[in-house]
Amino acid sequence: MTEAFLSIQHVRKAFGSTVVVQDFNLDVAPGEFISFLGPSGCGKTTMLRIVAGFEEPSAGRIVIGGKDVTNLKPNQRNIGMVFQAYALFPNLTVAQNIAFGLKVAGTPKAESDARVAEMLGIIKLPEFADRYPYQLSGGQQQRVALARALAARPKLLLLDEPLSALDAKVRLSLRDEIRQIQKKLGITTIFVTHDQEEALSMSDRIVVMHDGHAEQVGTPFEIYNRPATRFVANFVGTLNVLDGVVIDPIAATVRIGEREITLRNGALGAASAGDAVSLALRPEAIVLGRQPGRDASLSGQIADVSFLGSVIRVKVGVGQNAVSLDTFNNSSAQPPIVGDQTEISFSASDLLVLH
Amino acid sequence: MRTNRAVSWVLLALGCLYFVLPLIGMVEFSLRMRRGVYSLDAYWVVLADPKFQSTFAYSVVVGLLTIVVGIFIVVPTAYWVRLRLPGLRPYVEFVTLLPLVIPAIVVVFGYIRLYNTSSFLPLTGSATGTNILLVFGYVMLALPYMYRAVDTGLRTIDVRTLTEAAQILGAGWGTIIARIILPNVLLAVLSGAFLTFAIVIGEFTMAALLNRPAFGPYLQFIGANRAYEPAALAVIAFVITWACMAMIQIVSRFAPKTSSRSN
Ligand SMILES: Nc1ncnc2c1ncn2[C@@H]1O[C@H](COP(=O)(O)OP(=O)(O)OP(=O)(O)O)[C@@H](O)[C@H]1O
Ligand SMILES: [Mg+2]
Repeated sequence: MTEAFLSIQHVRKAFGSTVVVQDFNLDVAPGEFISFLGPSGCGKTTMLRIVAGFEEPSAGRIVIGGKDVTNLKPNQRNIGMVFQAYALFPNLTVAQNIAFGLKVAGTPKAESDARVAEMLGIIKLPEFADRYPYQLSGGQQQRVALARALAARPKLLLLDEPLSALDAKVRLSLRDEIRQIQKKLGITTIFVTHDQEEALSMSDRIVVMHDGHAEQVGTPFEIYNRPATRFVANFVGTLNVLDGVVIDPIAATVRIGEREITLRNGALGAASAGDAVSLALRPEAIVLGRQPGRDASLSGQIADVSFLGSVIRVKVGVGQNAVSLDTFNNSSAQPPIVGDQTEISFSASDLLVLH
Repeated sequence: MRTNRAVSWVLLALGCLYFVLPLIGMVEFSLRMRRGVYSLDAYWVVLADPKFQSTFAYSVVVGLLTIVVGIFIVVPTAYWVRLRLPGLRPYVEFVTLLPLVIPAIVVVFGYIRLYNTSSFLPLTGSATGTNILLVFGYVMLALPYMYRAVDTGLRTIDVRTLTEAAQILGAGWGTIIARIILPNVLLAVLSGAFLTFAIVIGEFTMAALLNRPAFGPYLQFIGANRAYEPAALAVIAFVITWACMAMIQIVSRFAPKTSSRSN
């Protein structure tokens, strides 16, 4: 990786006796789009507010562009930020909102006007300059908030669940728009969300947070396909977790139900024969019935069938485990029937060991 | 049901009479200066009196100063309490309500003792000092109304997020209060200001005991020495007060929508 633009080093934050962020480390490359992903209350906002300077870390450092900013006030950090609740100034017009940071910085009027016009173009609201925030829809308000955050050309952009107050359709289009603008301007960005789809579709890298620490940092591909822990596997995507027993740790064989399977992926670590082990399997890695090319299979009984439109989601009971899988809705084929015995097959390499 | 309604109307009418009859009586009396016919003579006499003009001007100036000083004290305080010391709000509110329970005469005697010519801050020693003391006394009298108005205004905006949004854009406290907070609570401030003005314009106790040439003491002086003019003056004072109240209504009618939250 090139020299990090933003570096979060050993940050810890406690409110009284409750530790909200612990030993958080992250290096962000210039122009990178990072998501903080995690359930409610895991400390995403707190970590973002520490970067912004609204909260003081109990320990650790924040370095931006090679400069230690840990003790700088928010108004000295030159950061752009977008809030969940839009936070547009209700007494100012759209243009005045966008120009606010420029005016504070003493930018000459002509330059500021030009920048506002440019920003209005970027967010595709050029004719809204003289409107007041209450005259805009939620999606438009959030675009103006984005323009306001970017107008002074900050080097770092922070977004705290900027889409969560919007309805589904607007959320999708604005998601793409934010990503496009971010790429165009090449601005280093941290995006906080609890929506895994948002994080997976937008980010260069994702930081999955759990109880105040970074559980796993990786590209969307890595996070989705190679979750490092049971928490990540569960939180990102609908994952099947199978309970197994280690047969031979050296050969990496485990028993699930009545079958023995040899793992190809992920070592069993220090486990010894007879230990229980959790294994993860994505629904889309499994097919119903035996199939050539799939080297592992389990037998079970169909427990539930639900139509989701183009796909059918089938739940199969395998011993104690319930396994979900998706099959295409093929109108000429007989749909699975609840109660039938069946085989499910998959590649042993898709089976992940969870820690 | 019908009799109930009738009773309500009768009670309402009685209530109105109770308030309106003295007013009508006063207005009628103020018009009777010239024998046998109604005229505005009493008003002309009053308005032409140089003492009326000077005391009235004095009170207007003091009222405006009170409003300005009050805004400078109340807006930042209410803002800070909302932003950083929300736990202190009940106490601050209690303090601002004290002027309603402590009589002005007690306060003003306290002032005179505290700021007399041999004290550490001899404000009563000079006219300017006493004027300053009067303005601050009025700021205190207006505190219950001013603080509540501003605090209510602050409730309609998301103080914390707006503050943070301004901070991250580089703004310091002065800019935040002047460009974001004050404009958003301006209507509330204005209604507090009109109330303050209505209080100050006719206030007697403080002005009289500090021996200031204000409108209140002038009213009292005329009242004790003339027949028709006091009624005319009372009507004038009454009209000013009601005009202030009407302004509050008008100002809030024309309030622009400033909701920062939608959808
Ligand atoms: N000022 C504060 N004082 C005390 N506790 C706080 C404070 N701010 C946050 N917390 C606590 O810290 C924890 C993490 O909060 P945070 O807002 O960072 O979570 P989050 O991951 O952003 O959650 P969400 O998705 O709900 O926004 C929560 O348990 C919260 O109660
Ligand atoms: Mg949050």
